[in-house]
Amino acid sequence: MNSEKKVKLTIPEHEVMSPGHLACQGCGASLAMRYALKALGEKTIVSIPACCWAVIDGPFPYSAAGIPVMHCAFETAASTSSGITHAMSQLGQDDVTTLAWAGDGGTFDIGLQALSGAAERGDNLIYIVYDNEAYMNTGIQRSSSTPHGAWTTTTPVKHYKKGPKKNIVEIMVAHHIPYVATANIAYPEDLIRKIKKAKEIKGAKFLHLYAPCPTGWKHPPAITIKVARLATETNVFPLYEVTDGVYKINKVIKNVKPVEEYLKLQGRFRHLSKEEIDFIQQEVNKNWERLVKLEKAFGEDSE
Amino acid sequence: MADKNDKKINISGASDMPPMAASLGSMRQNKTASWRSIRPIIDEDKCKNCMICWKFCPEPAIFPTAPPTIDYDFCKGCGICIEECPFDAISSVKEGK
Amino acid sequence: MKKVLTGNVAAAYGATAARVNVVAAYPITPQTTIVEILSEIVADGELKADFVKVESEHSALAACIGAQSAGARTFTATSAQGLALMHELIHWSARARLPIVLTNVNRAMAPGWSIWADATDSIAQRDTGWMQVYCENNQEVFDTVIMSYKIGENENILLPTLINLDAFFLSHTSQVVDIYDSERIDSFLPPYNPKYKLDVNAPRSFGALTSPEHYYEFSYLLHNAHKKAKEVIREVGKEFGKKFGREYGLVEEYKCEDADEILVTYGTIAGTTKDAVDRLREKGRKVGAFKIRYFRPFPDEEVIEVLSKAKKIGVIDRAVSFGHEGPFLSEVKAALYESGNYVPVYGFVAGLGGRDVSIADIENIHDHMINNEPENLIWIGVKK
Repeated sequence: MNSEKKVKLTIPEHEVMSPGHLACQGCGASLAMRYALKALGEKTIVSIPACCWAVIDGPFPYSAAGIPVMHCAFETAASTSSGITHAMSQLGQDDVTTLAWAGDGGTFDIGLQALSGAAERGDNLIYIVYDNEAYMNTGIQRSSSTPHGAWTTTTPVKHYKKGPKKNIVEIMVAHHIPYVATANIAYPEDLIRKIKKAKEIKGAKFLHLYAPCPTGWKHPPAITIKVARLATETNVFPLYEVTDGVYKINKVIKNVKPVEEYLKLQGRFRHLSKEEIDFIQQEVNKNWERLVKLEKAFGEDSE
Repeated sequence: MADKNDKKINISGASDMPPMAASLGSMRQNKTASWRSIRPIIDEDKCKNCMICWKFCPEPAIFPTAPPTIDYDFCKGCGICIEECPFDAISSVKEGK
Repeated sequence: MKKVLTGNVAAAYGATAARVNVVAAYPITPQTTIVEILSEIVADGELKADFVKVESEHSALAACIGAQSAGARTFTATSAQGLALMHELIHWSARARLPIVLTNVNRAMAPGWSIWADATDSIAQRDTGWMQVYCENNQEVFDTVIMSYKIGENENILLPTLINLDAFFLSHTSQVVDIYDSERIDSFLPPYNPKYKLDVNAPRSFGALTSPEHYYEFSYLLHNAHKKAKEVIREVGKEFGKKFGREYGLVEEYKCEDADEILVTYGTIAGTTKDAVDRLREKGRKVGAFKIRYFRPFPDEEVIEVLSKAKKIGVIDRAVSFGHEGPFLSEVKAALYESGNYVPVYGFVAGLGGRDVSIADIENIHDHMINNEPENLIWIGVKK
């Protein structure tokens, strides 16, 4: 074994997070944290509310993150981080990055008020939602991030989720914060670039990270990256960023794949009829067209 | 990996504990090998050192050596490396056989 | 320096003198002027601190929890509904062992909407692990804010403090208060430097999943901190007395030495009771007043020592534990039972929702005690 031989790496080699953590096999959220900490480094303090990561990091007296972790109440990822960032500023530690790290339930639902408050105040922090589209830590209950058509334990097959997922990115753009972006664990280079960019900007920054959950989405753990990649390749989850109100789509898919390819890999969509799949395809198309229009109107090349 | 400490913390009672639930050690003490039902094996001949397996490991339990090395103390056997390898250089062996 | 201040201004000046690093608060009547004054003090640069203008009381305490965990000294203030909204985080901050100071302007809980004095809001936070103090006057508010940091930040204590002052009777009433600037306070209150904090050079997680193997011991440690706090409160109260001329303890006795009957109170009713005791003494009645400052930790030693010498005890609560009796009454009775001294105890509830409690009311309470058998719940002035 030539362990000394140098290889070319496309993301930083340094690991902050340690193995031994409690994430399920193939967990998208654990990869998301691994990448985020590669981007931010050790001079970071993270607030983690009730969410999968409240468990993943490990029970007392252990921790996997490799940075200071503030476990906080479900709805307080943003407000706890507000306190931390102001403390850092008052204690002369402005070089420390304050990170709020919450799931979709803690962000789209119960933590939305605190997030809105921190964003409006312009508190100097990065808020990252790792989105697995349901309350996974409590055992797969629907959240306002659950997409149309999905099965969860509170939207059983007979009453599967009807209605669109909340558009959290546009909610955050409406707060006029300096940086809002989407990122996907299947594209770690793009994800890390965005988190590094957020780190360099002062004020409230928001990232929407797409992080599949094999346990809740009912797909084999081995295809977590495949599912995540398909979400972007089908335009279900486009990669874009909004910097000071300027839209930029980071990845335009040349041969967009049918949404069905993405849906059929996941047990949570197994019950969907042809009509429902067509409907979802139309919605995805509409959302994409809307995004393209936004970029045209408010992109770098717009007037 | 940043934190090499894998010591178990012995707590016999309140006198060994901090006043609040503050961590005293790293999760590296928790070897997750027992979670594994399949073992990924890298075929050094097929491997092109692209490091995609390292990049997508959620633990992380792969070192970016050439060729990459799997840390079987921590690999949970999720199979992402097997699925993502563009050269079919990682095979899967059932554990316990 | 003597100034004429409302209780709210005294609270804000106390936080300023204690050099808090981070303030996070949300306005609610009758606490609002604390927020306004601190905003001005911070804006004028008189206090080098960040004021986080949060969107709710819940976020106010969450921000204090984050900041205090990172090693900052923090302050917040609220009332009634705001305190109730904070409840989850009241538990959180105590179990996280963060010596946050919160001034709560005691106000009645809705519905119907009431902005007037009532201690039910703070009593409802009894079992959270916070220390609780009830103030009689604005001087005590200022002094207690400063002492609370010193007591709470003691490495053997690490507990937050809820400082209570009655709505309007203190919050909006001006009294003469002797205040000191930060330089004078510095010699009494050292900077906050906790052993356990969010520190990038010594990373730890705080508040992780805790199994039954350890949770029980954390509760035991929290309770022990309360037990130790009683001695620290007495010591700090004495030290404060030496430095600033006003000594404080867990309780305050007024003419209890030879008293046959002792009236036990807290908050502003304690002041009224002292005046009533003076009048009753003029009539030849051997009566005393006993003010309980600390509801948690509960001063059972003092209660037993002083009250078990009396022939009758009357406890006046500006709160009620529905379905039972006045909350302070329960505590006093339990302490006396523990001591084996079964002095007859009368329970009075008075002044709920800001109803005035006059000297005459207190005199009537004493008359009632002399002429009747004890009862647990006597409603003073209720219109049946």
